[in-house]
Amino acid sequence: MTLFFNQLINGLHVGFIYALIALGYTMVYGIVKLINFAHGDIIMIGAYTAVITLVSLGWSTPLSLLAAIVVCVVFGITIERVAYKPLRSSPRISSLITAIGVSMLLQNTALLVFGAASRPFPTIFNIEPVRFADLQISFVTLLTIVVSIALMVLLQTFVKTSKAGKAMRAVSEDYNTALLMGINVNNTITLTFAIGCALAGIGAYLYIMAYPAISPTMGSLPGLKAFIAAVLGGIGIIPGAMLGGILLGVAESMTKAYISTQLSDAVVYGILIVVLLFKPAGLLGKATREKV
Amino acid sequence: MLKVIELNLSYGAIHTLKDISFEVHEGEIVSLIGANGAGKSSILNAISCLVPFSSGDIVFLGNSIKKTPPHQLVNMGIAQVPEGRRVFSKMTVLENLEMGAFIRKDSAGISSDLENVYHHFPRLKERRRQLAGTLSGGEQQMLAMGRALMSKPKLLMMDEPSMGLSPILVQEIFEIIKKVNKEGTTILLVEQNAQMALSLAQRAYVLETGRVIKTGLGAELLQDEDVRKAYLGG
Ligand SMILES: Nc1ncnc2c1ncn2[C@@H]1O[C@H](COP(=O)(O)OP(=O)(O)OP(=O)(O)O)[C@@H](O)[C@H]1O
Ligand SMILES: [Mg+2]
Repeated sequence: MTLFFNQLINGLHVGFIYALIALGYTMVYGIVKLINFAHGDIIMIGAYTAVITLVSLGWSTPLSLLAAIVVCVVFGITIERVAYKPLRSSPRISSLITAIGVSMLLQNTALLVFGAASRPFPTIFNIEPVRFADLQISFVTLLTIVVSIALMVLLQTFVKTSKAGKAMRAVSEDYNTALLMGINVNNTITLTFAIGCALAGIGAYLYIMAYPAISPTMGSLPGLKAFIAAVLGGIGIIPGAMLGGILLGVAESMTKAYISTQLSDAVVYGILIVVLLFKPAGLLGKATREKV
Repeated sequence: MLKVIELNLSYGAIHTLKDISFEVHEGEIVSLIGANGAGKSSILNAISCLVPFSSGDIVFLGNSIKKTPPHQLVNMGIAQVPEGRRVFSKMTVLENLEMGAFIRKDSAGISSDLENVYHHFPRLKERRRQLAGTLSGGEQQMLAMGRALMSKPKLLMMDEPSMGLSPILVQEIFEIIKKVNKEGTTILLVEQNAQMALSLAQRAYVLETGRVIKTGLGAELLQDEDVRKAYLGG
């Protein structure tokens, strides 16, 4: 039983990180119908920013976190404006290929600048694990879960109630009609990328606190998992990304404990395939029906 | 108020609008009628700056809107009820109406206009918490109209508001158009229901394959031989 709960907590830890990253995929998909394959590499950029500011420059943790967020946002907005915006009215496949290209560009530039060797990330919090009966929960795990939940509540409130959030929903449903309402669609799309990348910046920080190895290709794996999480929950649906990320993290961690470490990825993909067979639009996706 | 001057518009190689010119004066109801594919929606979308046109000009209240970014038109006082309603189906009725008032900051004015929309369409008030996608076609048309009115437009353009509605509902919608016009909003009405449109409009233009082929008073065109043959079933 202790093993079960420990694995559950580990699963939630990594699952919430996947969920934070998945939000970026899902929000961008929701608004411009683009799978932003470069999103995983934004994690890598956030991670390098974190290690450089914290270790090389000796900044404080909050300051280096802020730097990671800002740099991720700047990269995200720039990529959107330079690479994706000019292709907005081209066929989807063009922007998809561009996204893959941007991902490779980021990885290879990082390789050139930072080299292939991975850099460690120091332990920031030397705090005793929290104990509940037999259970030990590390401080980083607790922090990750609490921060992620807070961010998700904040995001959901923003999207549901703020004017900018409503504009985002309107643009994601109908670009031209949103323009007729006087919504500045370009700014709304930029804002969406910015929010997704800010979450990725925080996600990057939490990720390297759990897996402290920073390398040019480090973003691929969490990026892929988060993408799967987004599809699992229903791409374009914000609560879906959260649910998908958490489920994926828990499934992965349970497989590692009870089945086999090697099989954990196979199980993850298996779950995705099975879910999509029965619910092609994802767990929270609805086959949309529109009245004419 | 609105002047469309020798407008030409092409989609790729297809020359869709050919030297379209017409005018809408303040306080009028003007109707554009024509068959499928005549170019009616294209004209409205050109005025809303959603599609670029190749030559000609569109002047609203003395200013050319040729280079206006589309999201600024509603600020100038132009609202469009698009063809097929285009309500935001995953948002509630109330949220849809709020989107109509997106650019406005006068919250007192917004609430009084909301009351006014509810007054025109009591059904929307009952259903304000419901998702717009679950409304009936007629209710969606009311919502699309209410949403456009929430911007307090000077010129309201409507693209086939009668499409797919029962005769009673069409009657109801047209009564409301009349009322809205009486309250001071100028109206440009695109219709295939020529009977209704011509009896409502002071003036009308008849379009055929991208050209204006006839213009006159609504009542006149209603009696016109050619128009009767083409659009009113003899
Ligand atoms: N985005 C577009 N791309 C290419 N061709 C278009 C586009 N929009 C309209 N057209 C073409 O332009 C012509 C005029 O279309 P438009 O929608 O303006 O007609 P309409 O008078 O509104 O017709 P309806 O009564 O059926 O709504 C049609 O032949 C149509 O196929
Ligand atoms: Mg049309």
